[in-house]
Amino acid sequence: MALEFRNVTKTFGALGQKVVTAIEGVDFKVNKGEFVSVVGPSGCGKSTILSMTAGLYQPSSGEVLVSGEKVTKPNPHVGFMLQKDLLLPWRTIIKNVEFGLESRGVGKAERRDRAMAELERCHLAGFENQYPYQLSGGMRQRAALARTLAIDPDIILLDEPFSALDAQTKLLIQNSFAETIQEAGITTLLITHDLSEAVIMSDRVLVLSERPGTVIREMPIDLPDRAHPLKRRQMSEIHQHAAEIFALLKLDQRAT
Amino acid sequence: MTSSRNTTLVGFLILGLLLLVWEFLPPALGVPKFIIPTVSDMVLELGRMYRREHVIANTLSTAWFTLLGFLIGSTLGATIGYLLGFSRFWEKVLSPYILALQIAPKVAFAPLFIIWFGYNSIPKMLVAVLIVFFPVLVNVLAAMKTVDRDMVNLARAYSMSRWQIFIKVEFPSTLPNLMAGLRIATTLAVIGVVVGEMVGGNTGLGFLITYGGGQANAAMVFNSIVLLTLIGILLYTVLAALEERLLHYIPKKDH
Repeated sequence: MALEFRNVTKTFGALGQKVVTAIEGVDFKVNKGEFVSVVGPSGCGKSTILSMTAGLYQPSSGEVLVSGEKVTKPNPHVGFMLQKDLLLPWRTIIKNVEFGLESRGVGKAERRDRAMAELERCHLAGFENQYPYQLSGGMRQRAALARTLAIDPDIILLDEPFSALDAQTKLLIQNSFAETIQEAGITTLLITHDLSEAVIMSDRVLVLSERPGTVIREMPIDLPDRAHPLKRRQMSEIHQHAAEIFALLKLDQRAT
Repeated sequence: MTSSRNTTLVGFLILGLLLLVWEFLPPALGVPKFIIPTVSDMVLELGRMYRREHVIANTLSTAWFTLLGFLIGSTLGATIGYLLGFSRFWEKVLSPYILALQIAPKVAFAPLFIIWFGYNSIPKMLVAVLIVFFPVLVNVLAAMKTVDRDMVNLARAYSMSRWQIFIKVEFPSTLPNLMAGLRIATTLAVIGVVVGEMVGGNTGLGFLITYGGGQANAAMVFNSIVLLTLIGILLYTVLAALEERLLHYIPKKDH
């Protein structure tokens, strides 16, 4: 089991303040090599799930396990990536990819080799000595993926990594991410508000309710070509799945 | 290329025009030379200052203490700014005092420093240190508070130590603000030293200004001001060049 949430509840707010329950009784599993998406209305605690998996803070009750170990602090088994690429502007692309390896006692030469290999896998060979501002938004997100993969994590967490990209770049980057992730065989948790993105990229979609967030549906996506979202996009089943999630989230009622 | 050559050309034309106006307009209007000396008077006076007033030694002395005050003041300001940036608690406790000291006119401390340390070079350096200290501290502290939390979290998720996070994320993030603070500090350092020299002492361009003022020698005062400006420009230029090198990764806007 790559990731497991066991009846996790998280509340925020110190003594005397109004207590906000972000998520309540969240319970799910992600198998090794599986690609799972989490969708839900805004403010449903999607990012809370991510931060707890990364070990940035602890659940109020319940437990989070990564590769069977309880998460108590930031750990080397988890890599995460946000909407912002978080590339350090003063470093070249390759130095950015090496960033995560610098606290792990990896030698300089090996760091460089691993970073170079990841850049090649993410189709960024030839850009290693550029600075982030010299790259397009899509390339910067690929560089961020290379940095995330370089630490060789058991699981990667993607928090809306495509939402800042323009529509066409988004399609291409989704495709290139899906290929790279398939090739690396890495377990992935994607957090997104884009329903069709969740469906075309995943093996399974978890639908969260409004705050306090809890899993109201686990929807397996039994379709081929997970590594090729552009192909999946053509399939008619995609629209049925997306419509079903749309109904679950009661989005049509919110519109009024 | 042509446009940059044009700016230089027009710049020199304006300078030439200004000097001509300065040379010929006041005499034409009947303004006496002890009120506004002409350019040629100032050049003659500069020659006299070279022979009689040790103008080179005085300029070097002012330049040296400006540099020293700048280095000490900005090092202290940056260090304390970063330390306060580490601790929300101490920042909150100390910020009213910092604010009060920042508002207090630093040059007014000059007589106090002379009472404490005597008529030597320590007071003027201290005024420079004090005046340089705050803009650097405030810039650094503000920058530490606005470091991207997500970047810090990323470093934390990579299990970096507090020190590694500072060196690899926070310090480089604050570099643009630090450099901006230092740039302000260069010009302030000159002011600090001059005020120190004007209040007490018998060396430096500030002393020559007071001395020249006492003798109603306007040309000497003007010349000293020009030399002070040159010191400021020199320091500022060195810093701007350093900044250009350090912050090369920030894309330049083309105007």
